[in-house]
Amino acid sequence: MFEPGFFSSGPVVTALVIGAVTAVVSAVVGVFTVVRGQSFAGHALTDVATTGGSGAFFFGVSPLVGFLGAGVIGAGAMDLIGVQRLRGRDLATGVVLGVATGLAALFLYLDTTSRATTGATQQILFGSIFTVSSSVIPLVIVMSALTVGVIALIHRPLLLSSFSSELAAARGISLRRVGLLFMLALAVAVGLSSIAIGSVLSTALLIGPAATAIRLTSSLRRALLVAGVLGVVSTWLGVLLAYDSFYWFPSSQGLPVSFFIVSLVFLAFLGSGPLSARRGSRSPATEQARGSLRAEVV
Amino acid sequence: MNLAPVLEVDHVTVSFSGRAILEGVTFNVGRGEFTGLIGSNGVGKTTLLRTILGLQRPDAGEIRVLGEPLSHHHRSFGYVPQKVLLDPDVPMRARDFVALGLDAHRWGLSRRTAHERDLVERMIVDVHAEQFADRRVGSLSGGEQQRILIAHALVSQPALLLLDEPLANLDPKSVQEIVALLHSVATDHQVAVLLSAHEMNALLPVMDRIVYVTNGRAASGTTDEVVRSDVLSALYGQHVDVLKLHGRVLVVVEPGQDKRDIVEHPTLTVN
Amino acid sequence: MFSSFMVNAWLIATIVAVVAGVVGFFVVLRGSAFPAHAIPNGAFAGAAGANLIGVNPLIGLGVFSLGAALGIARLSRRGRADAVTAMALVMMLALGAAFLSQSTEYEPAIFSLLFGEILGVSGGQIVPVAALGVLCVVAVGALYRRLLLTSIVPEIAAARGLAPQRVEVAFLVVIACATTMTVPVVGALLIFTLMIGPPAAARCFVDRPGPALVLSVAIALVAVWASIAFSYTTNWPVGFYVSSFSALAYGAGRCYAWRRRRRAAAVL
Repeated sequence: MFEPGFFSSGPVVTALVIGAVTAVVSAVVGVFTVVRGQSFAGHALTDVATTGGSGAFFFGVSPLVGFLGAGVIGAGAMDLIGVQRLRGRDLATGVVLGVATGLAALFLYLDTTSRATTGATQQILFGSIFTVSSSVIPLVIVMSALTVGVIALIHRPLLLSSFSSELAAARGISLRRVGLLFMLALAVAVGLSSIAIGSVLSTALLIGPAATAIRLTSSLRRALLVAGVLGVVSTWLGVLLAYDSFYWFPSSQGLPVSFFIVSLVFLAFLGSGPLSARRGSRSPATEQARGSLRAEVV
Repeated sequence: MNLAPVLEVDHVTVSFSGRAILEGVTFNVGRGEFTGLIGSNGVGKTTLLRTILGLQRPDAGEIRVLGEPLSHHHRSFGYVPQKVLLDPDVPMRARDFVALGLDAHRWGLSRRTAHERDLVERMIVDVHAEQFADRRVGSLSGGEQQRILIAHALVSQPALLLLDEPLANLDPKSVQEIVALLHSVATDHQVAVLLSAHEMNALLPVMDRIVYVTNGRAASGTTDEVVRSDVLSALYGQHVDVLKLHGRVLVVVEPGQDKRDIVEHPTLTVN
Repeated sequence: MFSSFMVNAWLIATIVAVVAGVVGFFVVLRGSAFPAHAIPNGAFAGAAGANLIGVNPLIGLGVFSLGAALGIARLSRRGRADAVTAMALVMMLALGAAFLSQSTEYEPAIFSLLFGEILGVSGGQIVPVAALGVLCVVAVGALYRRLLLTSIVPEIAAARGLAPQRVEVAFLVVIACATTMTVPVVGALLIFTLMIGPPAAARCFVDRPGPALVLSVAIALVAVWASIAFSYTTNWPVGFYVSSFSALAYGAGRCYAWRRRRRAAAVL
């Protein structure tokens, strides 16, 4: 199962570390994202991250910086615009995301022609975990720790405000600040997982393990644990399979890591469907989880 | 008043997930008759209307329209649902929306005939919508939208017009206008009108018959026959007082075990 | 720009714009932004797979678009399907990336499938593309009035026996058909902007459905033609220009609508 040289290969070790760390932070942020019903915002941020990553590439800056920077700006902008149910908001958001993706297309094109780099599209959109420099690891770890720390700090008002804004306001919590902090955390999670599996696919690591965990358990603590474990296992197994796949095909090209990670996450998600149905809940699992999560917090 | 009823509801029972919402509901609506389906919120009025429309199957009983049992493609109905949300961005004028009432079922892009355009025009005049017929449907006020919905429902000249809570969320002046309009629709166009409401006072002057629903059962007849202490007490299953004051009715139900009973108050009539 | 070499591109671009304008009109009316976004992403995998096994990419696009459309129709009926659809979407993209990684032209193939390519459709494809385009437009024409009523007031349509669910499935299939023929030119990630921007703009300027549909097509045509022209001159990707022009049109429409509302309010 473990093809020769797996554990001694530098890029592989880097990939395992980065994969695990980003999987954990995505899982943690992802659980709250799904519970708060902000999956659309998460998806929007991945498009913004795409623009940032491809732009960074073009300007010769590390893609990680581009992913994070664009994500943070996007999060701030979205928070400013507000999350009200404006009529036609979906259309407007769709158009803006379209422009962002169009810009990404432009940057990627310029990457290939003017800077004569190959594989920019593939790297930015679908991940480049084997080619990430190990010097990036400290930054990734620090940012992930910070993000998880922030979530831990605000997790009570975060959950409370998603159930009832009046209740949260009554307890003197600044909803704006909590909302903004969460959006920033979301942007960082998306940005970090973009280097692992690419900006276009980072939704999978954000939503997949979280949605699966929420289907399987109604306890917040357990959901976070399950999501984290699922994410790390999927990522490590994905790295392993991708490494092995180089030896499967005569052309020795191998399959992308992101493909394996997304497939594993997707399979886990599908597999949890029948399991959650057997738990006998008729209401959507999210509502049930929210209900018991509320019981834990209040 | 004409002979054969347009709508016959015959001992209809409807349940939701094992629980009976309505049991043994029986009443008729004849040509040109104005019937009010009165009951507090949540009592099953919308369910009954949906059953009549064929969108829900009754567990027992039969519904007949123009003497024939209900089938799915009944075009003898006009229907005005509750809470229609029309977006001002939708590119459709009130006039176009009314015209759609004539030919929405048609395939393809055939042009409307002069006769059809004439029908639409006359309908717009009948509901007094000439002033805003060329504005977007989504930009109309509540009362204006209601008139357009009624026009849309009537333009194909149905025998029966069903309205689900058409007076909710309307200001008192609009309530009066819509009630007057529906009354003239019934008498002048000889359409059988059945509308649901949770408050009957605005309808008292024009209602020919009332179907009072509560506790899953219904009593039907004229207002004098039904809106009486003895009849309503039997229906509610507990003592009910009916007070009539200055042409308005107050039904007082003591809050009992069933929290669905609410005290009804007279509406303010505005002159 | 107008050499015989480019004639194909102009021709196909025109067909693409007409179909996007027509189908997009109802996408916007029905609020079907998500399927319009999701189905092309699914199609990406189909094209990549077809590319890998050496089959006409249109076939791959068609099969996967249809699958995605019917899948969405099926799942939507069960209620809350956002998470499943989103995951399936991402899975399709990953699958497409995997397929492409096995071909020799990994990078350019990904790029042109996702962001569009003027020369994306060869001369031999004109007939099938035109046929699909005609099919889409005819289907919308046949369903026109039902689509209008079921989009605006579904409850009334249901009461009249017009079967809103069946109309929805039919329309999703039309989107799949439109996706199949437009993705090679505009790109899987960006075609939805062409189906949203021009129609959303058109309905700001015009109050009636027929003229709004025609204007939607007109704006889409201008956007696509301008995109082809600019892309040819600068060599920048078509998709970039399409999304930018669609957004410009949308912005112009919203501005106009806003000014109109202010003028109406001032009169009262």
